[in-house]
Amino acid sequence: MNTKLIFINIARWLLLLFVQIFLLRNIGFYNLSTPFVYALFILILPFNLPNLALYLLAFFTGLTMDAFYDTMGVHISACVLMAFSRIIFISISLNRDSIDEPEPSLGNMGFKWFGLYALVCIFMHHLAVFFLEAFKLNEFSYTLGRVLISTIFTFFVVLLVEFTFHNRKSA
Amino acid sequence: MRNLWIFINRYNAFFFFVIFFTIGLALCVKNNAYQRSVAINSTNAVVGTAYERLNVIKRYLYLGRINDSLSAENAQLKTALLNARNTDSLATIKVTDSVYQEQYNLFAAKVIKNSINLRNNFITINKGTLEGVRKDMAVISPTKGVIGFVADVSPHFSIIRSLLNKETLISVVLKKNNTFGSLVWGDKNFDIRRAFVKEIPNHVVVRMGDTIVTSGAGGFPKGIEVGKISKTGVSTGDNFMTLEVALFNDFSTLQYVYLIKDRLADEQKQLEAALPNEH
Repeated sequence: MNTKLIFINIARWLLLLFVQIFLLRNIGFYNLSTPFVYALFILILPFNLPNLALYLLAFFTGLTMDAFYDTMGVHISACVLMAFSRIIFISISLNRDSIDEPEPSLGNMGFKWFGLYALVCIFMHHLAVFFLEAFKLNEFSYTLGRVLISTIFTFFVVLLVEFTFHNRKSA
Repeated sequence: MRNLWIFINRYNAFFFFVIFFTIGLALCVKNNAYQRSVAINSTNAVVGTAYERLNVIKRYLYLGRINDSLSAENAQLKTALLNARNTDSLATIKVTDSVYQEQYNLFAAKVIKNSINLRNNFITINKGTLEGVRKDMAVISPTKGVIGFVADVSPHFSIIRSLLNKETLISVVLKKNNTFGSLVWGDKNFDIRRAFVKEIPNHVVVRMGDTIVTSGAGGFPKGIEVGKISKTGVSTGDNFMTLEVALFNDFSTLQYVYLIKDRLADEQKQLEAALPNEH
């Protein structure tokens, strides 16, 4: 079971990063909205992963993104911030002992919990990405607009992916 | 000591977050300050090769458009050639001006990665130091218009900081009366077909449709057409006005670029470096 989970996650990482770098990098609405769907990988990592491993995976994923996007540090910080929000959100909303699902996916957790969880984490991630990319505050409202619209865009694509691949249990 | 360890262990999520986030921010700041001095980016061999592979497929889809632009350019060059032979004046004066004839040397490079969606955009091309690309070389579009400057080079690839970047500033003039200004992109306008010309004095009369060309400073040869003025009333409230320019080139379909090798660049830079107030 455990090795299977590891393989699934490696395959998911490769697939999401590939799609993100070679397909989604070219997609955007008038420079306002750019989807960063690769964040889904960090969203649905297994529950029982130690915090250090989670941060290391987030860091490495961010590093790969930065290498391909030429934005050294931006995605690293964003992924690490997202991992932190993930830990906080899970520890607030769920009881550690009562978790019997392997990973926090839509099929396992239901729409209500997963929707809020994804929205919060994606928002934190995008907040870091767009503000670090701009690296100044005098375009504040514009950057905030980009964050919000991109969050919605990413959120919908994430839901789409989740509905497509993880609908086994909730059906 | 033991209590401290228990404390750290209990809130390990937060402490790990601080550590990793600091590393990320440090990389971010370093990169902003020293202009891509970190080695992991698309000039890197692995990343560069991956982009090049994919671009083979992408370029195939754009073949028609590339052909069109190449034939248009051919036609332009042929026209120039024909006109050059048909001199109708009898007395011709031969000027052997070897310095100016040889100042600029153009060579083409393929775009293997291009971005237009970001706040700061970069273009990766398939020529590097082995082919003679140097940092800060000027880059122009094969049809009309400017692209940017070389920001970083590796043996086989280089990264161009395109005009669509907050760091890029190109010296331009109004073609009709040679008023100097600087071409920038951004400032709440993130349309890739529009840019701004700043620092034009208020007394200059500017009309819609006036052509903007490069000034000859900063690596670009004088007189490369950049765009047409599309809006004149962008007020800034001081003694200078800002003009909106519709760019001639389209960054979204860029497949080839020309790099400009300026033989006299070092000499010019050396001379200008002596002045304390210039850059």
